[in-house]
Amino acid sequence: MGYLEGFGITFRKMFKGTRSGRTVTVPYVKDAGPKREKPVRLHGRHVLNRYEDGMEKCIGCELCAGVCPARCIYVRGADNPADDPVSPGERYGFVYEINYLRCIHCDLCVEACPTEAITESKLFEFSFTNRQDAIYTKAELVVGDDGLPQRLPWEDWSDLEKVAGDSSAWVRATAPSGAAAYEGVVAWSGELGFGVKAPELGQTAPEPEPEPEPIDEHDEPHDDEHAGGHH
Amino acid sequence: MSLFAVDPLLSGGIGLAVVLIVLLKVVVTFALLLVAVMLMIWFERKLHADMSNRIGPNRAGPFGILQTLADGIKFFFKEDLLPDRADRKVFILAPFLSMVPAFLTFSVIPIGGVFTDEKQGAVKLFGHHTWLQLADPPIGVLLVLACSSIAVYGVMLAGWSSGSKYPLLGSVRASAQMVSYEAALGLSVVTVVLLAGSLSTHDIVMSQAGDGFGGIIPRWNLIVTGLVPFVIFVIAGTAELNRPPFDLVEAEQELVGGFHTEYSSIRFALFYLAEFMNTVTMSAIIVTLFLGGPAGPTFFGPDWIWGPVWFLAKLVIFLFMFIWFRATLPRFRYDQLMDLGWKAMIPLALGWLLLLATINVARDEDWNMSLVVAAGFAVIVAAYGLLTAAIRTAQRRRDDAEGVSA
Repeated sequence: MGYLEGFGITFRKMFKGTRSGRTVTVPYVKDAGPKREKPVRLHGRHVLNRYEDGMEKCIGCELCAGVCPARCIYVRGADNPADDPVSPGERYGFVYEINYLRCIHCDLCVEACPTEAITESKLFEFSFTNRQDAIYTKAELVVGDDGLPQRLPWEDWSDLEKVAGDSSAWVRATAPSGAAAYEGVVAWSGELGFGVKAPELGQTAPEPEPEPEPIDEHDEPHDDEHAGGHH
Repeated sequence: MSLFAVDPLLSGGIGLAVVLIVLLKVVVTFALLLVAVMLMIWFERKLHADMSNRIGPNRAGPFGILQTLADGIKFFFKEDLLPDRADRKVFILAPFLSMVPAFLTFSVIPIGGVFTDEKQGAVKLFGHHTWLQLADPPIGVLLVLACSSIAVYGVMLAGWSSGSKYPLLGSVRASAQMVSYEAALGLSVVTVVLLAGSLSTHDIVMSQAGDGFGGIIPRWNLIVTGLVPFVIFVIAGTAELNRPPFDLVEAEQELVGGFHTEYSSIRFALFYLAEFMNTVTMSAIIVTLFLGGPAGPTFFGPDWIWGPVWFLAKLVIFLFMFIWFRATLPRFRYDQLMDLGWKAMIPLALGWLLLLATINVARDEDWNMSLVVAAGFAVIVAAYGLLTAAIRTAQRRRDDAEGVSA
């Protein structure tokens, strides 16, 4: 058949009721009721976290700016004023800007941050209409006094209650360097509004589903069933 | 069928009513084409999405049918960039060179009419007999070919004037491809002209009208010319339109956007418009030349209604076909493109034209038909053998030369 077979395939795809014509695209959620649950590792808009006492976590070390492959982060550190310190350390982030026209949401900044100051929220529906809005300043990035991200006019935070605590959960899943041995170990300090967030489990890859074996006389017990991360 | 049949509307005196009817035809043709293009873009996107298990546009209007309108409005408000290194005048001119021929070509297409012996394609419109066709120059088919040649300049100059390398590559490809496929396109049109005995599109449609063989099979050129010119015309037409699988001109994987890489805003929209307009027009030309234009059975109501209905039905079949091609076929490689054009299509089109011409002469001179056909096929087979031998020899020599130099 050669060439003609291809024409047959594309023709069969047109009929939506059939197995061949199954649509694989998922419709945009606005047409289909409430927002879908977001994947654990979704990378959204960043937030700058604060400690439980309201101090900023950012120490202005510029590691995030250094690691950023898109060069979208601009940080300038400054010495903390002695009478009114912004962060508990020696220095703090004096200027902090992220250009979302450049950001590729790779989360390398989150991994580089030594104090978990910058994490990513689950917000991805933010479409600005000019270039100035695309550059988020520190005033916009830092969390409010309730520990929740600021809701800017062009951002769709309609499921904020559901996703408020889910900032970059995958980084929090493990302790130093993402090593699986530290799974479930808390290695960071409390956050404004949330205290100490529970670490997420499941960093270790789950075992694949055991294939249904043909009925055998030697029915060996499956030890590996309990090795997965979901409990 | 006379060689110089003219629109009955213009044969009498030209009064105000006649001028108004012509103006009405201009407006209707223009609007029809624009609406057809708008729907074609939506149809293509939706159908192509269906064929690749996607949803396609579904935001603007029911089933996303207003997507083209939304895109058009967006294009108007986009920033219009003129590259620094562009040749400004040519850069601005090129989109119009692409679009104007696309509009002009459609004016010679008969989109309706009652093609019987007594009515000769005329319908009664506001008390005047007229053809449902904007213009019928005695050189209608030549006008079509000329317009498609001018459209090459639009693409070529767009790439050349952009002052950037990818558009330039695209335009070089465009000129080579469109020039080589125009030859095959022209040769397959000549077979139709040969049988109709006229270059006027109205006469070509007229020559295909009437009861066909056995009263069922129509006398369309599709059958009368023996299918080969039709197939060649469809393939060469696809190449002429720069549509997949012949879209090397704007191969986005290789050339960003091809000839229109540097174009933005409404200038880009004009290219986009012209591309789809040409697709609609090319389908209309195929219908006119090979499928009897608006010919088809009439059922109830006034008989002139059925012409446009049949015309549109046939048009949609070809629009579907072009979309189906795009969804199915991968792009040609450049050497494959040239091989197909020069080594297969042009010889085949030329051979078939000579065969049909011989048969025509034989019929006029009352020669022994079976003998003529047999001789014709023998010549074709011999020519095919010679051509293959020549191509093979040339290839071997080239290989040898490369071997020596390497």
